[in-house]
Amino acid sequence: MISRRNFCKKSLLMAGGLAIPLAALELFDPKRLLAEKADGKKTRWVFLVDTNKCVGCGFCVKACKIENEVPYDANVTRTWVERYIVTRDGKTHIDSPKGARDGFETTKIDIGEGKFEEIKNDDIDKAFFVPKLCNQCDNPPCVQVCPVGATYQTADGVVLVDRSWCIGCGYCIMGCPYGVRFFHPVYHVAEKCNFCYHRISKGMQTACVDACAFGARRVGNIRDPNDPVTKVIMTERVNVLKEEYGTTPQVFYLGLTKEVK
Amino acid sequence: MKSHVWRPLYVVLLVIAAVLVARKIMVPADFGVGSRGYMYGWHRPSNEEQWKQVSVKYRTAEYCKNCHRDKYDEIKKSPHAAINCENCHGPALGHPDDPKSLTIDRNRELCARCHFRLEYRTSGRGKIRGIDPKTHHPELECVTCHWPHDPRKEGRT
Amino acid sequence: MVHGEAWTLKEFFTYPNEYIYWTIQIVMYPFMTGLVAGAFVLSSLYHVFGVKELKGIARFSLVFSFALLPVAMLPLMLHLQQPQRGIEVMMTPHFTSAIAAFGIVFSTYGMIVASELWFVYRKHFVEEALKLRAIENRNLGEHLAHLLFSALTLGAMDLSDAALEADERAVKKLAACGIPVACFLHGYAGFIFGSVKANALWMTPLMPVIFICSAVVSGIALCMLTYIITMEIRKFLAARKKHLYPELPSPEELKSAELQVVTMTAKYLVMFLVAAITLELLDLIFRGYTAMKSWDILRSVIYEKDFVNIFVIQYGMGNLLPFIIFLTPGLTIRRAMLGTSFVLLGVFMMRWNVVIGGQAFSSSLSGFMHYTLPIWPDSMENFKEGLFGALTVAIVPFVLFWIINKVMPVFKDTH
Repeated sequence: MISRRNFCKKSLLMAGGLAIPLAALELFDPKRLLAEKADGKKTRWVFLVDTNKCVGCGFCVKACKIENEVPYDANVTRTWVERYIVTRDGKTHIDSPKGARDGFETTKIDIGEGKFEEIKNDDIDKAFFVPKLCNQCDNPPCVQVCPVGATYQTADGVVLVDRSWCIGCGYCIMGCPYGVRFFHPVYHVAEKCNFCYHRISKGMQTACVDACAFGARRVGNIRDPNDPVTKVIMTERVNVLKEEYGTTPQVFYLGLTKEVK
Repeated sequence: MKSHVWRPLYVVLLVIAAVLVARKIMVPADFGVGSRGYMYGWHRPSNEEQWKQVSVKYRTAEYCKNCHRDKYDEIKKSPHAAINCENCHGPALGHPDDPKSLTIDRNRELCARCHFRLEYRTSGRGKIRGIDPKTHHPELECVTCHWPHDPRKEGRT
Repeated sequence: MVHGEAWTLKEFFTYPNEYIYWTIQIVMYPFMTGLVAGAFVLSSLYHVFGVKELKGIARFSLVFSFALLPVAMLPLMLHLQQPQRGIEVMMTPHFTSAIAAFGIVFSTYGMIVASELWFVYRKHFVEEALKLRAIENRNLGEHLAHLLFSALTLGAMDLSDAALEADERAVKKLAACGIPVACFLHGYAGFIFGSVKANALWMTPLMPVIFICSAVVSGIALCMLTYIITMEIRKFLAARKKHLYPELPSPEELKSAELQVVTMTAKYLVMFLVAAITLELLDLIFRGYTAMKSWDILRSVIYEKDFVNIFVIQYGMGNLLPFIIFLTPGLTIRRAMLGTSFVLLGVFMMRWNVVIGGQAFSSSLSGFMHYTLPIWPDSMENFKEGLFGALTVAIVPFVLFWIINKVMPVFKDTH
């Protein structure tokens, strides 16, 4: 009959012995090594927004709706532009009428339910526009919470939704901290910006980038060191939205300040 | 196992078997883990190709240039150089086959998108010259007096 | 109108795509699964822990728990934009999502409850099957009944003492296994909300535990309430039929048994109520103390916009009043009825305040969204996600309970 002491000793020995070959498997896993290097992928799509250049014309929103067949009159959009006005009393006024589909047609701030707030020009300290779109995060919380695998991330970083598989539970819409997802009014499944995947896969640019006459929007490939977008991201002071959520968004902003929500 | 206690377990196993059979029939054969792993890559790979097949609506000014070289050159030399033809003319789609001609949007709202004067000095908007659409000739189309392909020129009606 | 636009009023700055997407059905779902879990735990208190006084209500709550199960799926079916694809949760579950756990947990729990019920009612099934088999010329109804009961016996016709003891042991084991599964059934519902980092009100590790405690509370309260109502019906029928069937228990006998059961169960109800309210207040105090970025808007939602919903209805009517009712000595049936009704109201409001309250503010933390429950079903969407859809979900379990009671009678003494 083995004594308790011997039993403990032998168990520890066995466990230790087993751990070595198992640990060796970890150390020498070539796939993981390659992944850690630069994951070997040739393309990773990223976006660059320059809020200094955006004038709030809304051509991007209109072009996106038409290119991606989101019903024009529906109050949902894959991309939008927000207007920020910081007044002298320190208050920040923000609006995005119809997502800026028709631009900004009034100086008054749209505060919902048909109500508007007057802002006098003399009271304006700062005013600027911020375009928003899906960040195609590297750790997309929306993909994590999909119960059926209807939304996923491609090898080149774009997060897509399988329209034939989505059950319409809305968990991904709740899971996105940036509010970019919505239910498509015709297909009744989850929908969001996908960097015009059908265009960028053909060497074109996204519809919003083409529509922007001011160069406020640019799309690029971060794995290509010669890409002008990559050069800006690497050399200039860029920021991302809501970094504290750990989503690692891949839309970079120039001129992103503390007022931006 | 002679005891009747195990009978419900057999029913359970039957149910599980039924679910597995249903799974074989209903789930597309290629459904599985993609390159992003199980957490971010659980999907049907053939969907990626479906998204790539979406039709392109906007063809960009470079496409228009092929036939409308004169207008293309005129705009590119003007202050409106960076504006895409399709922003005002709508998406090219299959033009010239379908549609045979594109619309010309002469609405005041279109020009007002940029030229509604907003005193936002800290934004690119503040640098664009503009008017108040409510007071500046509200009865006319902008193009009555202004030529959109080169705003330095007079409009042609 | 896009989905959500019809019942959402937006104030100040909200992201353009933000609407209240998770509405009354998502409030009903955790409420119904909470009742399922709670009813099961109550039944297990007798089967596992041998609390003899609860024997009368134990079988009742087990059957009720089973009647509630298909109803738990109903709000989800009504909510999904593509309900016919709902089965995908079982076919291609993505287990990084809490909702994917639904398929496994739900099926496991269903099978445990069904098995436990089978063992409890096997003697009844065999007796009924044999009784119907003895009838010479069965009419259609009797023939179908015979088929049903014969099938339900699963061929195990042995009614010897040894076999019945084996049944009892199996019930005990299943009830013991079922308790953690029941906790999981509702704990995962809490995890669904608690793990959403994008929502400042939902994200807290306390959420699964709060949900479990209030689930048990609601289950016990519902079983108590339904038990009381059913006993009243029995008393009424017993009094009317006394002259036909003298062997029926007298109203006095029924009444005394009832009060004992209710008093005993009320003790457990109060215990779990204390646990639930402690955790909720803890969460609130922590949020206010640490005052993170979201606290500004959360404060205006909790203390201003939703003040009545949270403090008056949920905490006041749903917690404080029941404490007073159940802790004051001399509990009567009528007081118990009132107390359990308030408890159920409080638990419902807790689900409402979590689901709707969590969507009352924008992710921009700079705007509000107000939810107006669609009352009149003038469209399919307004029916499914409106008052009438919720009422359907609330009524169906009682209908199912009545049907199941015909096959598995809750008040017949089968041992």
